[in-house]
Amino acid sequence: MSQFSTPQALAHIRRRKRKDSFFMVLMGGASLLAILILCTLLFKIGAEGMEFLKPNLFQNFPGSRPSTSGIKHAIFGTIYLMILTLLLTVPLGVFAALYLEEFQTRKNWFTNLINLNLANLSGVPSIVYGMLGLAIFVPFVAQLAGDPMKGKTLLAGSMTMAILVLPVVILVSQEALKAVPKAYRDGSLAMGATRWQTIRRVVLPSAMPGILTGVILSASRAIGETAPLIVVGAATLVNFVPQGVFDSYGVIPLQIFDWSQRPQEDFKSLAASTIIVLMTLLILLNSAALILRARNAKRV
Amino acid sequence: MAAGRTSENVSSTHNLRRKASGPGVADRAMLSVTFVSAALSIITTIAIVVILFSQSAPFFQQVPVTDFFFGMEWNPASKKYGVVPLAVATLIITIGSACVSVPLGTLVGIYLAEYASPRIRGILKPALELLAGVPTVVYGYFALTTVTPLIKMIFPEAQTFNMLSGAIVVGIMTLPLVSSLCEDAISAVPRSMREGAFAMGSTKFETIRLVVIPSALSGIVASFILAISRAVGEVMAVAMAAGLNPKFTLNPLEGSMTMTAMIVNTSKGDVARGTITYQSIFAVALALFLITLTLNMIANFLVRKYRRGYS
Repeated sequence: MSQFSTPQALAHIRRRKRKDSFFMVLMGGASLLAILILCTLLFKIGAEGMEFLKPNLFQNFPGSRPSTSGIKHAIFGTIYLMILTLLLTVPLGVFAALYLEEFQTRKNWFTNLINLNLANLSGVPSIVYGMLGLAIFVPFVAQLAGDPMKGKTLLAGSMTMAILVLPVVILVSQEALKAVPKAYRDGSLAMGATRWQTIRRVVLPSAMPGILTGVILSASRAIGETAPLIVVGAATLVNFVPQGVFDSYGVIPLQIFDWSQRPQEDFKSLAASTIIVLMTLLILLNSAALILRARNAKRV
Repeated sequence: MAAGRTSENVSSTHNLRRKASGPGVADRAMLSVTFVSAALSIITTIAIVVILFSQSAPFFQQVPVTDFFFGMEWNPASKKYGVVPLAVATLIITIGSACVSVPLGTLVGIYLAEYASPRIRGILKPALELLAGVPTVVYGYFALTTVTPLIKMIFPEAQTFNMLSGAIVVGIMTLPLVSSLCEDAISAVPRSMREGAFAMGSTKFETIRLVVIPSALSGIVASFILAISRAVGEVMAVAMAAGLNPKFTLNPLEGSMTMTAMIVNTSKGDVARGTITYQSIFAVALALFLITLTLNMIANFLVRKYRRGYS
């Protein structure tokens, strides 16, 4: 009988194996719990939100009665806000990424500073960007409109969101540019093209699907943001669709915030219906990004 | 090469450059444009710092710094600007959320990196991504309609707005952050280290506990810090779950107001520029910015450390 099969040694091995399977159960349980929480969340929203998910919700403005209240203003507000934000942020973000990846390819203190800065900026709480918007963009837009009351409008909100998503847009564009094979650039430069011609005709077209995917994903993050927009004056009592950049606006998540806080149960259900609209929008955007990514992967 | 240039050579390259001036101009112009765009991110940081300091400076002229940092009461109506109740609420919710996200997130991260079969991964990964992508207001709604009633069932003395509910939903919200960063850190540990431990007769759990986790520790800790930093800066879910009553309490079953909730609640009404109320939100935002900046810098340092370790 070798020393490895003594009763004590066998008991020791059994104990170790029991620990091993216990840990496995623990991890499986944690993963199951995460999925369970997600299911509870989705089920709760689905069950509560069906009641008011009717055409009224899309055709009306917020009112005093849940049955006739809608989020028409917020749907348009969110869409307009996103379009303006992307118009402001995408050129800036892509240009900044081009500088870091194409023009200034050799690392120096400045590019290191920018990269470090981007990492820190993406960790700044979103509400701090709201403070930046409140202190700079709101007075700036008021001046632009020539009316001190028109500071807290669509334009100021878009500028704040543009600054908020800019670090992410730069990072995803950098990744997309990095994925373009170096041979493409060398080929173009060898044919006598200048750096900018190479970027415009060779690098950008092949990086475009990647950039677009990243931009869609960052837009879907931005759509859910509420706090910075409250700080720069997104409103809940809006009963019109914004007609210009100097109009007041509401956004979908803000309406959810407002309705969830009402004491009446019906308003909470209305909030759940609004959540369904918001989540559907987010899932649509994310699937678009996924399809784009898959098609791009097939092409290359 | 430059030293060997004759005057003839110089003039010929000069001509070449003149000929190429058309596209060359675009090149130089785009260099400047892209440079300005890249510099904008640095200007943003400078602007944030300048704004937070300059807008809160007049506040600290009226309210002594010690009164702000050590004052036990926040009541703008009676000119009490002590940040302690707000900071304590933030602290309780942050610690509470870490109690949820850190153990669960680590376990899920280890499971994904070491155990999960492709089929289970195919379910778990998208589920976590969905959890991470749910907007924070939706978590606020979830806290109000599901978590709080559940808490009240277990602890009947709990208030309608309570910090525990906020802590739980923020923990759920930051769980995917912890799990995905832990998974990355653990996957970066070389296979050979695991194989060494297996060859010595270790069980899988012993390998993970004694070899894999110690090697990936800096990345794992970084994920905890990032989750905590996110919890400190979280606004909507905590404002909705824990309420807006700035009361000093250590009881998580009571409601209170966090620093972020104070900012959003105060700026919701139309606050006139130059008033002390307007300045006070910048003072609180400054404190918030400094806390999260410190946490993020520590986390970034740790992440870079473990990347350097194995590349």
